[in-house]
Amino acid sequence: MERRKSNDRRILLCFFAVATAVKLLLIPSYRSTDFEVHRNWLAITHSLPLSKWYFDETSPWTLDYPPFFAYFERFLSIFAGLVDPRIVDLQSGLDYSADSVIYFQRISVIVSDLCLLFGVYRLTRKLDPIKRNLICALVIWSPGLLIVDHIHFQYNGFLLGWLLLSISFLQDGRDLLGGFLFAVLLCFKHLFAVAAPVYFVYLLRHYCWSGLATGFRRLVTIGAVVVAVFAAAFGPFIYYGQMKQVMRRMFPFGRGLCHAYWAPNFWVFYIILDKGLAFSLRKLGFEIQIPSASFTGGLVGDSSPFAVLPQITPLITFAMVLLAVTPCLLKAWQKPQPGLVARWIAYANTCGFLFGWHVHEKASLHFTIPLAIVAVQSLEDAKHYFLVSIVSCYSLFPLLYEPQEYPIKVLLLLLHSMVMWLGFAAQHADEKKALKKKKEAGEIKSKFEIGCVEKSYLMGLVVVEIVSQFLHPYFLGDRFAFMPLMLISTYCAVGIMYSWIWQLQRILT
Amino acid sequence: MPKKKPAKHSGDDTTAPISAQDGAPINTWRWLVHKGTTTSFLCISLFALLIRSAVSMYPYSGAGIPPKFGDFEAQRHWMEITTNLPPIDWYRNGTFNDLSYWGLDYPPLTAYQSYIHGIFLRMFNPESVSLLSSHGHESYLGKLLMRWTVLSSDVLIFFPAALFFVLVYHKTRTKSAKSEVAWHIAVILLNPCLILIDHGHFQYNCISLGLTMGAISAVLCECEVLTCVLFSLALSHKQMSAYFAPAFFSHLLGKCLRRKNPILSVLKLGVAVIVTFVVVWWPYIHSLDDFSMVLSRLAPFERGIYEDYVANFWCTTSILIKWKKLFTTPSLKSISLVATVLASLPSMVQQILSPSNEGFLYGLLNSSMAFYLFSFQVHEKSILMPFLSATLLALKIPNHFNHLTYYALFSMFPLLWRDKLLIPYLALSFLFTVIYHSPGNHITMQKPKASSSSSFTNFPGYVFLCRTHFFISLVLHVLYLTIQPPRKYPFLFEALIMILCFSYFVMFALYTNYTQWTLSSSADKEKKQI
Repeated sequence: MERRKSNDRRILLCFFAVATAVKLLLIPSYRSTDFEVHRNWLAITHSLPLSKWYFDETSPWTLDYPPFFAYFERFLSIFAGLVDPRIVDLQSGLDYSADSVIYFQRISVIVSDLCLLFGVYRLTRKLDPIKRNLICALVIWSPGLLIVDHIHFQYNGFLLGWLLLSISFLQDGRDLLGGFLFAVLLCFKHLFAVAAPVYFVYLLRHYCWSGLATGFRRLVTIGAVVVAVFAAAFGPFIYYGQMKQVMRRMFPFGRGLCHAYWAPNFWVFYIILDKGLAFSLRKLGFEIQIPSASFTGGLVGDSSPFAVLPQITPLITFAMVLLAVTPCLLKAWQKPQPGLVARWIAYANTCGFLFGWHVHEKASLHFTIPLAIVAVQSLEDAKHYFLVSIVSCYSLFPLLYEPQEYPIKVLLLLLHSMVMWLGFAAQHADEKKALKKKKEAGEIKSKFEIGCVEKSYLMGLVVVEIVSQFLHPYFLGDRFAFMPLMLISTYCAVGIMYSWIWQLQRILT
Repeated sequence: MPKKKPAKHSGDDTTAPISAQDGAPINTWRWLVHKGTTTSFLCISLFALLIRSAVSMYPYSGAGIPPKFGDFEAQRHWMEITTNLPPIDWYRNGTFNDLSYWGLDYPPLTAYQSYIHGIFLRMFNPESVSLLSSHGHESYLGKLLMRWTVLSSDVLIFFPAALFFVLVYHKTRTKSAKSEVAWHIAVILLNPCLILIDHGHFQYNCISLGLTMGAISAVLCECEVLTCVLFSLALSHKQMSAYFAPAFFSHLLGKCLRRKNPILSVLKLGVAVIVTFVVVWWPYIHSLDDFSMVLSRLAPFERGIYEDYVANFWCTTSILIKWKKLFTTPSLKSISLVATVLASLPSMVQQILSPSNEGFLYGLLNSSMAFYLFSFQVHEKSILMPFLSATLLALKIPNHFNHLTYYALFSMFPLLWRDKLLIPYLALSFLFTVIYHSPGNHITMQKPKASSSSSFTNFPGYVFLCRTHFFISLVLHVLYLTIQPPRKYPFLFEALIMILCFSYFVMFALYTNYTQWTLSSSADKEKKQI
């Protein structure tokens, strides 16, 4: 047994090592402005006193993550300063792109992924080897993470590692620690707050709901822990009386409902409906004003971008997210099972992605990674995950628009689909074999098959890709330049909506 | 946790008795192989392609270094020449084709390949292949398109050849577990040397090596005519493929001699070779002048017996014996020829006497190693040929293969460092080590048994020697990267690396020659016992 265990650990390390080799090779690839954003944060946290972090406007890329992330950047900046002092220089470091800064920042992401490794390790250490290996392969080799973190540049692997760690403690029944880790995570990146209601209901019911005396004691404990975490994060800023400014930076509602490239969520349909209505009403002879702000032109101001339909405010999106999460909260209240936590969190993140305000396409990682844990639980989950992870990865394609990365993103997606297909087929073939115990040689028949509708939907992705990448530029050139992106996000939104409905129905039954 | 005991490894148990006995049935490869060889090949080749395209983002040789740039510029220049001039002028010095500036010095198939790729480049980026004005052309799109031509050559030639080889080789081998097959595929496709040279440094070795591998597979499945055609094509793509020629020649000759009509079968193969060559060389065989003009381009004897610091016999011993001063170039030519023939003779004789598939693979390794060590004008990159044949034998000599990979990479280290390919060098070596030692893989489990079969490696001090070697090489890596060599000996570290690699290569060559010869005797013994 001991040997089996060490063997399993070796497999996990082997997967991680392979991923690390790929990440190292990706160092010279395209970097988005997020690279400069994070470099600027290194400079801000290194060269300014804490009281000025959230006020600095030397660069347009101001600090807009919660304080723990700023502390994290402060920690990194110690090493950055040792590697090359210019990295952390507020003025001369602007748009600095020497090898030193590229290697430093890229390698800092690669190293911080150790957190992801530990999260996966802890979460899966008690599972069957086959499920365990599958989860490891799905999370560690996740193409979305590679694209967003190691090409586009962000620190999602590190943060999702925290999330997985927190889920693993909840699954072990160590609720307090799980809650604590989640509170810490919130102070790293507040986007995870979508899952907070789930945590709140679950912890209240599963941890605090045990008799009046113990329950109250536990409620106070967990309350104190959360308050302590938030105090550690925001305390200094409260002390300086800067909370308003910090909040303004963290929640920039002025940025508009949709990002320049629309994330494939519910609002895509809303916008398209609006455009369609406006178009047909105009045809019918009604006088329809063309809105001054457009959705395809990037940043959107305060004026309503909708011609016909009512304007959407942050409050409406907030209410819709909450409404969408409610069924899951009710379930969590009725039966707080540790085994279902991952599913609920994934669901809540999906809701946040679908109905949230100014959602980035990158946020799809927040539900694909937790869903990977759920995927190995049953055949239906596997089928669902196969679809949703391909769609969410495909929706990230427009992030890497330069031709150099084109083969890489396509290969990543193909490889991921192939690994999923082989892995799930192996997993579900085993179960059948255990039942029948016959048929020795030859290839194994697997129960893992994709349905007809799903298959044609996935084939449709290929068509969408061909149209948007090759046919559109060939026939239309630069005209309707927004069309390919719109096509991709609309088509992917269908898949994500389907996934949302599927998850909802799965949670309710 | 006894509940985990029930077999979760059912996919493998029929084919892998070792793993079942060892009680470590779950391995890295299991989920990969249960759908059959072709599927796992597809999956691994996707990964290999990903690695290749990632490496291709790094700089190529001579990037941004005028006036001559590097191999990248050479290849681009050939595309420029071939797309703009008629075939007869490709090898001829003229107003538009200055042979002193990267003149074409590979056989016609390379020229045709350049022509096809040049057309592709012209479609999307005409400036990069325009006559004369494109010299030293460097652009984002130009680099990308060039990189894609290598990627596509790999996909179209090397990968199918590898699939062919794996299917044939593992059909003839009786006992090979599925995960062994997957491991072998991974090792062939993720060959770090080939990836670094083709997709980092920039060359098209994948084409000639792929053709050679196709020819080897054709030998294994007894299609000798196909062998001759493919190998002739490989020879007409890169003359360096001749490193393998003695093995092909001796093996096929040995086989033909055992037939009813030896002369007829030899004639058949001879005709296949001649027809292929005539077809490929058609534009240049109408007049003797043209033909000798091309030939003289292919054999650049004026460049001397060795260049830079290549870990072969001539360069290494030149520290003690100044070959270039002692002998004239023509006499060196014949000396090196004699040495090469002598070195490859044992393996040739063995194959003529008792041709066998396994012996043939060893023969390839031995003859290419003999050429690398002793022939005229060897380049660091030529280690790819012996290394390819070692890759094919990886399941037979896993331990030595591991070492060879390391030293083959190390011998190219100065070259790759100059090309600014340090990160890919490290990453690919790391990746290779991970794959080589991947858990649950049978190679690592069988190790004690496999090496005990030959007495060669058991002589006292061998392990110690290997370890010392390895340690010194690690130190050299660090020294090379951190310390400036003394001004009096600016190439001190290169020379040390060369000596180290050379001594390993010699040991390796002795071992494989020895194995090849004991191979037949052990097979004979088995026959007698039966």
